[in-house]
Amino acid sequence: MLKIKNLHASVEDKDILKGINLTINSGEVHAIMGPNGSGKSTFASVIAGKDEFEVTSGEILLNGKDIKDLDPEERAHKGVFLSFQYPVEIPGVSVTNFIKTAINETRKSKGLEDMPAAEMLKKIKEKADLLEIDRKFLSRSLNEGFSGGEKKRNEIFQMAMMEPKLAILDETDSGLDIDALKIVANGVNKLRSSENAVIVITHYQRLLDYIVPDYVHVLLDGKIVKSGTKELAYKLEEKGYDWIKEEVKA
Amino acid sequence: MSLKEKLISSYLAFEDYLEDDSPIHDLRNKAIKTFEDSGFPTKKEESWKYTSLNALLKEDFSVFSKKEAAVEFKDVKKYFLHDIDTYKIVFVDGLYSSFLSSTTHDGMDICLLSAALSKDKYKPIIETYFNKAAKEESLTSLNTAFAKEGAYIYIPKHKEVEKPIEIINFYTGSEAALMLQPRNLIIVAENAHIQIIERHQSLSENAVLTNSVTEIFAEKRAFVDYYKIQNDLSSASLIDSTYIKQERESVCSVHTFSFGGKLTRNNLNFYQYGEHCNSILKGVTIIEEKQHVDHNTLVHHIAPNCESHQDYKGIFDDSATGVFNGKILVEREAQKLDAFQQNNNILISDKATINSKPQLEIFADDVKCSHGCTIGQLDNEAMFYLRSRGIGEKEARALLMYAFANNVLESVKIPELKQRINKLIARKIGVSLGFDV
Repeated sequence: MLKIKNLHASVEDKDILKGINLTINSGEVHAIMGPNGSGKSTFASVIAGKDEFEVTSGEILLNGKDIKDLDPEERAHKGVFLSFQYPVEIPGVSVTNFIKTAINETRKSKGLEDMPAAEMLKKIKEKADLLEIDRKFLSRSLNEGFSGGEKKRNEIFQMAMMEPKLAILDETDSGLDIDALKIVANGVNKLRSSENAVIVITHYQRLLDYIVPDYVHVLLDGKIVKSGTKELAYKLEEKGYDWIKEEVKA
Repeated sequence: MSLKEKLISSYLAFEDYLEDDSPIHDLRNKAIKTFEDSGFPTKKEESWKYTSLNALLKEDFSVFSKKEAAVEFKDVKKYFLHDIDTYKIVFVDGLYSSFLSSTTHDGMDICLLSAALSKDKYKPIIETYFNKAAKEESLTSLNTAFAKEGAYIYIPKHKEVEKPIEIINFYTGSEAALMLQPRNLIIVAENAHIQIIERHQSLSENAVLTNSVTEIFAEKRAFVDYYKIQNDLSSASLIDSTYIKQERESVCSVHTFSFGGKLTRNNLNFYQYGEHCNSILKGVTIIEEKQHVDHNTLVHHIAPNCESHQDYKGIFDDSATGVFNGKILVEREAQKLDAFQQNNNILISDKATINSKPQLEIFADDVKCSHGCTIGQLDNEAMFYLRSRGIGEKEARALLMYAFANNVLESVKIPELKQRINKLIARKIGVSLGFDV
């Protein structure tokens, strides 16, 4: 589904991603871990198309087509979804209206009519229930005055509504207490299928107890330096990153 | 002959029509003298530093409209808040249109200044209130000299006016260029409530310069909500001076929505004479091309234990220019004050300009005054967030501009008006937001 080849990206002439290679197949969950400043969030933003970053070389192939020159909305239309670490507040636009706009804009890009109101409502209800979201919450202004946990839950609600092919969860566990973490993880697991794939970016192994990855990759200084299975996450949790740094040096 | 000379000589002709015993005849004489001495304001004056009237004053404005023009209701219906019932006081080219108006009511006065100025029964009120809040500024004085028509509203004690009052001034283009001097006098007695919507609307491309003055007296515990819709054609300019005198425990708000016109200058002045007053000043400005909107506000805190809140948002595209000049003046007696002022601006184009100037003069020592001003572009992070959800660049910008202006709309208390302004904003920004706002 996703094949990243020798991806280099920089911001203001500072290289951040220094040659990433990664292949993700449908139905897989990949975790990307790494210390602060290793380039994890940049990696997520570059796949989603943030224009602050310049892709200096390499390819991002989604189902065989290079998406690196597409606008963020075009990538979204092709099924890329980024759950933000810091979702933005949009006063005056309710969660419901926002998601309606997002879905209908995506449908429009495919030449489809707006989703009928009844169908939309049913879907909103179903996905809100999945994430244990109160109805009242849906009429509030998007992210405005939301707690950290509410923001993250709202991100996953949007993901559930958009039904992406490739979901990238950027530090979705930060700011969540254990109950919220379970709800969010449960939501993500319910959305998993053989048709889609998930990239989980995290500092901690904690989230990976609930969203179990098929592969774990360690990002260090803009490169994937080690890949393994979920046992690698436990080892990182226990020993930190220094041993990998040593290994890389050696 | 310059416009100033023309106005002064016209006054002599106008004076012949005035009755000698009119209570305000002396006022007019004094006022025209003030205008004659000071003339039109120039950029040399601090409060006019960023707004020049020069180009505008070169236009050959007629001072009086010579013929009466008929306006069909169907042609102007869209300018009314037609989805709810309202009182309507409508003027066409400065003259009252009984045909378009709707003022049937009991136990209060929603009528015309011309009637109030000429009928004996109003004499005590005119003597008590007329020109008593207005400042002796040149443009206001010019209006005082020529004032003969406008809305006269008197709401007696404890009366809650059950529907909004619309004051609408249409200009038909009956003259190649016309200068108008509408004058409103509004008195809201103790514990009375009122909602007013004011609009100036040109119906042709002929130039018009409106020099409007409104005086509002809010007595003890009165509630006044005033909404100004400024969405005129690019041939129309407006100088609006509004003076609000507040007595104790009164709450007055003015929302100004500036989306159109050529040059718009708002002089909005609040005077808090009683304790526990609250003054609310809010504005949304969205302009483009060569439009110019200047908000010049004053909140004069005279009594203790009062509040004031100012929140102005501006979005400027193309070569549009904006000015925000907000003054908070706190007298020594005005202790325990809570005054807040905020002005946020977004410049869409490199050529757009905003001059934002907060001025705080504080002579009391136990007050809370805060102010903030921002000038920026749309937030890139927010743009990316929206676009990553499949929303196109243009729509994302529109949503963010809408969100930016939104908190000013929150406090609009008439739902139909709020909806109308929402639609105006959506249209102004040039996209359908994809949902009903």
